[in-house]
Amino acid sequence: MNADPALRDPAWLGRIFWTGAALLLLWPMLVATEFRPWVLFSGDGRGPTLHFLSTFVPPATSPDFLWLVAHETWRTVAIATAGITLALMIAIPATLLSARVLSVSALSGRMATPAAALRQVVRWVLVLLRSIPELVWALVFVRVVGLGPTAGVLAIALTYGGMLGKVYSDILESGDDHATRNLLANGGSRLQAFAYGLLPQNAAELTSYTVYRWECAIRSSVVLGFVGAGGLGQQLDSSTKMFAGGEVATMLLVFVALVALADHASAWLRRALA
Amino acid sequence: MKPIRVPPAANEPYRLPPPLFDARCKACWFSVGLVVLVVASFWSLDLQWGAFLSLDASRSMARFVGEFFPLDLSAAFVRKVGAASLETLAMSALGTLLAAGSGLLLALPASRTHDGDPARARAPTRLLLNALRAVPELVWAALLLISAGLGPLAGTLALALHTTGVLGRLFAEAIENTPHGPAAALRTQGVGTVRVLLYATLPQVLPQLISYALYRWENNIRAAAILGVVGAGGLGQLLSFHMGLFQMGKTATVLLAMLLLVAVVDALSYAIRRLLSR
Repeated sequence: MNADPALRDPAWLGRIFWTGAALLLLWPMLVATEFRPWVLFSGDGRGPTLHFLSTFVPPATSPDFLWLVAHETWRTVAIATAGITLALMIAIPATLLSARVLSVSALSGRMATPAAALRQVVRWVLVLLRSIPELVWALVFVRVVGLGPTAGVLAIALTYGGMLGKVYSDILESGDDHATRNLLANGGSRLQAFAYGLLPQNAAELTSYTVYRWECAIRSSVVLGFVGAGGLGQQLDSSTKMFAGGEVATMLLVFVALVALADHASAWLRRALA
Repeated sequence: MKPIRVPPAANEPYRLPPPLFDARCKACWFSVGLVVLVVASFWSLDLQWGAFLSLDASRSMARFVGEFFPLDLSAAFVRKVGAASLETLAMSALGTLLAAGSGLLLALPASRTHDGDPARARAPTRLLLNALRAVPELVWAALLLISAGLGPLAGTLALALHTTGVLGRLFAEAIENTPHGPAAALRTQGVGTVRVLLYATLPQVLPQLISYALYRWENNIRAAAILGVVGAGGLGQLLSFHMGLFQMGKTATVLLAMLLLVAVVDALSYAIRRLLSR
């Protein structure tokens, strides 16, 4: 401790206590994750790693392989697009069923019991759909329909259907509901109230969220390839397992470019919509 | 050219609805492009709807789901799942912690703090951060398995690498967007760069950085739960192991544990956020 009061830290006790507590918490975490980063550089791990890394340059550029990568890249985008299309087919009906603003009985106080029950059931189904990760859905569907893009499309459709359905009804319920309530109260059907009241108000926001999710779906369709759901990921997985560094490097570059492209396209679209 | 003012007609002429397609209408081209993209996607993927929608497939699906029950709740297995859950939790926490540290270190060269700052390292550092961010955790894990071997270490490092990219970018934005006044005041007094950072910039942005890191931690728990599918430890490894052996009761238990873990963490972080914002 410093004797000079001007230089003494009044909070030193607290600092030492919290540092000690953090270290105490950190220790079991380090043990649980077997955190020994020096394994990366130790004798028997180093040889194959260095060899693998050295094969990264030059990236594989044979025409056959580039053609294959282009094909798989398209399939990755196609899986994401098809998945999002099917997700919309889940999300839109679910939104129409579960959005509180579209309830006729809720106009006069509380929602009728059967309607409220149906709404709750739909919401729970959406929660279930989106809380199981898409990778797990893909593992399940690979068992049922076999390896290939079908499993990937279905996995994206279910998870993203759950997410989109939830966010759509949040968006619809957060806006100004005056026009919609007016239409409903004057005898418009629920679908009419949706098409002429809610949709024009929220179309830009709904579209921009969908585009953002499409971008996310491209990312996850690459990941889904690792469990055998087709596309760039599957190719990346098999090249990694064969220690073909050049091919891995090419595909990583293509992948980074693809994500950047989707990022820019979606940012541009969202700006255009705003 | 000035627009010609037409006086309003006494009787408003009956307006035709606008034509559906117009070559100058951007939204029309966009819609056409969208339809083409969707149709081409479905057409080019050899989707096996037959295999999925047939009676045979629905029967195998029903059998598959039926095998999930009863859940395997024997004490030994539950203990194993508990250990794997803790491992997942530790992976996500440590990965996020490492990422917060290295993200901050990379965010400093990636941000331009004042107008006179040449920030020569800004563009290359941002490129590095973008590359780290663009490769998903699972791909990092698959690559790291070669040098780190099977187990949670590869998963932790994979989470750390991807999250470094995300957090570094966010931290850099936060640092660039802080009010420049306090830092400028110190700088004009001749205080060095490091001390300007420690006494002006960092105290201003610290709450924001912490909240970003907590938010990413929430995301990383979900990611850590599935990283094991490629062999990087945690619940995912248990899941793919038992699913590979078709032990569906055990698979269902692991799935349940995953859902519970995510739900508990969500509730916890919601509570912490409520507590902090009060």
